[in-house]
Amino acid sequence: MDLLTQVRTSAAIAVGKAARTASRLRGGGSALPGLVTEKVDPRILAHTLGELAHGVVVVSGTNGKTTTTKMLVAVLRAHGLSVFTNPTGSNFTRGVISSMLGEVGLSGRLKADVAVVELDEAHSLKFAQVVKPTHSLLLNVARDQLDRFAEIDHTAQLLASLAEQTHGSVVLNADDAFIARIADVVQPGVGIEWFAVDPEIADQLPAIQEDDVRFSDPADAPTLGPAAGLLHPHDAKSFTIRYPGGSNVGPLELRQRGLAAMINSTAATTMARVLLDERFVPATAQMALERVNPPFGRGEVIDAGGCPLELVLVKNPAGFTVALGTYGNEPVASMVAINDNYADGRDVSWLYDVSFESLRSRGVALTSGVRAYDMALRLQYDDVQVDRVEPDLDEALDSFLAAHQGEPTRIFCTYTAMMHLRRRLSTKFDLARFGEDPENE
Amino acid sequence: MSESTNQDQASKGEVHLVHLYPRQMSIYGDLGNTRAMAARLRWHGYTPVVHDHHPGAQWPEQAHLVLGGGGQDSGQVRVQEDLDAQADRLRELANDGVPMLMICGMYQLMGKAFITVEGKRLPGLGILDVTTQGNATRMIGPVVLETEFGTVVGYENHSGSTVLGEGQAAFGKVLHGNGNNPEDGDEGARTNNVIGSYLHGPILPANPALADSLLEIAAIRATGSWLPNEIDDSIATQAHQRQVTRLTDR
Ligand SMILES: [Zn+2]
Repeated sequence: MDLLTQVRTSAAIAVGKAARTASRLRGGGSALPGLVTEKVDPRILAHTLGELAHGVVVVSGTNGKTTTTKMLVAVLRAHGLSVFTNPTGSNFTRGVISSMLGEVGLSGRLKADVAVVELDEAHSLKFAQVVKPTHSLLLNVARDQLDRFAEIDHTAQLLASLAEQTHGSVVLNADDAFIARIADVVQPGVGIEWFAVDPEIADQLPAIQEDDVRFSDPADAPTLGPAAGLLHPHDAKSFTIRYPGGSNVGPLELRQRGLAAMINSTAATTMARVLLDERFVPATAQMALERVNPPFGRGEVIDAGGCPLELVLVKNPAGFTVALGTYGNEPVASMVAINDNYADGRDVSWLYDVSFESLRSRGVALTSGVRAYDMALRLQYDDVQVDRVEPDLDEALDSFLAAHQGEPTRIFCTYTAMMHLRRRLSTKFDLARFGEDPENE
Repeated sequence: MSESTNQDQASKGEVHLVHLYPRQMSIYGDLGNTRAMAARLRWHGYTPVVHDHHPGAQWPEQAHLVLGGGGQDSGQVRVQEDLDAQADRLRELANDGVPMLMICGMYQLMGKAFITVEGKRLPGLGILDVTTQGNATRMIGPVVLETEFGTVVGYENHSGSTVLGEGQAAFGKVLHGNGNNPEDGDEGARTNNVIGSYLHGPILPANPALADSLLEIAAIRATGSWLPNEIDDSIATQAHQRQVTRLTDR
């Protein structure tokens, strides 16, 4: 940094820190400190993150960003690296700056070896305009947040642009045609590595991927080299990540359930291998992965008066399909809560892109939320018995739990319905630390 | 709505549904329209035969109802050639009174032309006298219409602005939302029994009166009569009415 840049950066950080203190005193974390810092020095992120020894990793894609980021951070930390990361959901450069203010001196020097940031498709591109990522980990493209991005083609284009601006290496999902095609646009000299599902269970993939634009010709599929990470599941819980040209990771079991989590851990581990190169230790990675707690709302199990209650966040057809596939083998009393606020996605059409047949044997005890009747109607068309429709979430939760005392229960819910239900549950069962992650203390 | 009782009785006849390009053109749950029609036919005591028509495939021998949905730009490009090949047949069927429901992208393709943002004019099938102008801004959100089938609820998500030709009937009047474009207050278009509309939702499960009106025409064409059963649509009616009340104070 030259002197003038240094002065501006220091000034920006000082202003930001002051705003951070002020906003803490008012009792709320917010993006405001990041906003004022960015106003004083728009290139603040480039100055602080641009100088990290192991670079800047962006994790993006429609589904699994939060889980994958957590796993990647855990594996890197287990290898002794100091990692800067952004809190879940702070999908804006401002959120990244706000979280950085706590960890940076006025010099603008961040005490970290590497930054791993989770960003959605649109924001990852905005971020890349300020900080060129050294590495990008691109997971998948699915229908989600359509109100914002409108079309899958457009979303895929955003991720392709991110890859184009990455100057170290990209790690890509070989099983997602949208992501795999991105290999064609990376700059010359930029490394490409793949993660994929072992062919053995590849037949399960169509259900969790977009149906409409697959490889028309299998010859277009990417060739996986010896450093590709291959997910090889043994049963519903145990799996190995195979590296044909190196040592495998596993067999291991995650705290989070489901095939999607296994795929995410394969993605994270493959990126960690690229970053750490010869320093990568399979046993260290395995230990770290086995200790990662499920992020908020992803396969979270709550102690509801002595019985397990699973809260399952559903936000798009691929996610809901995976969730049903994961839980379908163990049917328990279920409730589905669908809201259509902005954060949920205002269009509920996507429910018709999910098959609910796996709920048929046990039925659904209750549908709830603003679109409770639309959900019940959807289930009616799949011949799934619905015992009751109750749009009011509190009323629904109380009667659901009362009717199923002493047995395990499960609630599939959209984002704002989940936030509402969590609040109610934490009061009801006095879950003081509910929603906090002990690892982040 | 009990299916088992229906299965005990003799079927009232086969009704053939054709879904145009289900892989490329059924974004936002439009596939739900076909599922709903097949289910309702069963509930009414008929035997549905669903033909998924993919690009390059042979046209089925019978078509009593044709359905199409919205798609990605890439999807539209990939069906264009087949649509050209089927153009004369689709125009004939439309003239003959075959009911068709075309949503979003397929609605635009049924029109006279689509004019891209760059000003390029892409000809459509001309079954509906509408012209669509590509736009930078999207029209997105829940919609309520007044139509001859009663109120219709759905969800629009399109960047094309569509204008009706002189004498072209709309599908409905907009009570909430944009419809064809932000100015006219019209939504969709209707000629003979061909309906074009921007409404996802999907539109048919959410509006059973519309669904059964189309099925009536299809069943008469297929079997010579329409002998519906009593269907319990109370859940659909609740879902429908709640959207109407929420968005229009009705
Ligand atoms: Zn649309």
